[in-house]
Amino acid sequence: MATQFRSASGLKRVRGLGSAHAGAHHWWVQRLTAAGNLLLGAWFVASLIFLPDLGRTTVLQWLAAPVNAIPMLLFVLSTVWHMRLGVQVMVEDYVAAPSSRRLLLLLLDVYAVAVAAISLFAILKIALGVTNG
Amino acid sequence: MAKLTLPANSRISSSGKTYPAPAGAKRTRTFKIYRWSPDDGQNPRFDRYTIDLDDCGPMVLDALIKIKGEVDPTLTFRRSCREGICGSCAMNIDGSNTLACTMAIEDIRGEVTITPLPHMEVVKDLVPDMTHFYAQYASIKPWLQTSTPAPNMKERLQAPEDRAKLDGLYECILCACCSTSCPSYWWNGDRFLGPAILLQAYRWLADSRDEATGERLDALEDPFRLYRCHTIMNCATVCPKGLNPAKAIAEIKKMMLERA
Ligand code: SF4
Ligand code: SF4
Ligand code: FES
Repeated sequence: MATQFRSASGLKRVRGLGSAHAGAHHWWVQRLTAAGNLLLGAWFVASLIFLPDLGRTTVLQWLAAPVNAIPMLLFVLSTVWHMRLGVQVMVEDYVAAPSSRRLLLLLLDVYAVAVAAISLFAILKIALGVTNG
Repeated sequence: MAKLTLPANSRISSSGKTYPAPAGAKRTRTFKIYRWSPDDGQNPRFDRYTIDLDDCGPMVLDALIKIKGEVDPTLTFRRSCREGICGSCAMNIDGSNTLACTMAIEDIRGEVTITPLPHMEVVKDLVPDMTHFYAQYASIKPWLQTSTPAPNMKERLQAPEDRAKLDGLYECILCACCSTSCPSYWWNGDRFLGPAILLQAYRWLADSRDEATGERLDALEDPFRLYRCHTIMNCATVCPKGLNPAKAIAEIKKMMLERA
């Protein structure tokens, strides 16, 4: 670090590439999805507890009803989004090298989109009743 | 990755010297002090000085001054006001960042371990390199910014209730105890402004006379400059002036949301 202080003024170093003018939205959505996770998570656990049994048919029937399928879709979106934002913060905190940081964030996006797509597809398939498999 | 081990040149060697208590001392205390000099090519070490508390002032800084004056003149540290107002004697004492001049020796049990402020480059012994910290302070433009000229070339008045909004902010002495206790500042201090500078930034955001609020918020809205703060609260725990930088940071985040 000492050599970098010599090659650029302290203020130039601090100003760097300037402010990203972003972050407030990220911060807010992270809190919003946290609240969503809490509410929908409580609903999910409570629903399972109140089911007569946890057999395949009962659960499939429960999930096929729109009143359950829709909150379930939201639950998946909320948790995946929250995970995406939270892991991003962890990567930014602990991975210093810009190239590995970029790469990890890219993989994170791929992972989040994949998890969301698969989960949403599964729920829709059950809810829309196309059970040919 | 965040560095969890020290580079080889920073590891503490076991070659520390021991300075025994003067003959006849009854109430003694040992100070274990981090020593490193850029001039001798050696790794850092801990030297142990045992001093007579009956012949020393009550504060840790008194002991340091006594050691420097009477035992080992090579011991290097910063101090000026010796009453908690200049911020220069900030160091890590017994595991917490604080001011040596306001930390009473008798409030510490056993051997008193003293190291420089954590995660800063060391200039010598207990003197950290504050260059980056001060540059960060300069970057927030810590002065009143206005477009309206002052009324009749007189001072800009402030209602007592507006002045009260600066309480808990203006008292900051920029000692850096808070920033150097903040894990986010340790890992990303190159870009995260840290609690001290953000508290100072809020001091100007909260000033009823300042007309640059929007520009100030623009400059702060950044995932690294501001949003590295995860409300870990170390800053508020250590501040020797009893201030709460975490709260000031939360206020900045609130302002960001208000205008979002
Ligand atoms: S907020 Fe407290 S600990 Fe931080 S620089 Fe100011 S006086 Fe020091
Ligand atoms: S509250 Fe924020 S600034 Fe204070 S120690 Fe925690 S992360 Fe750092
Ligand atoms: S010497 Fe000034 S704050 Fe300690």
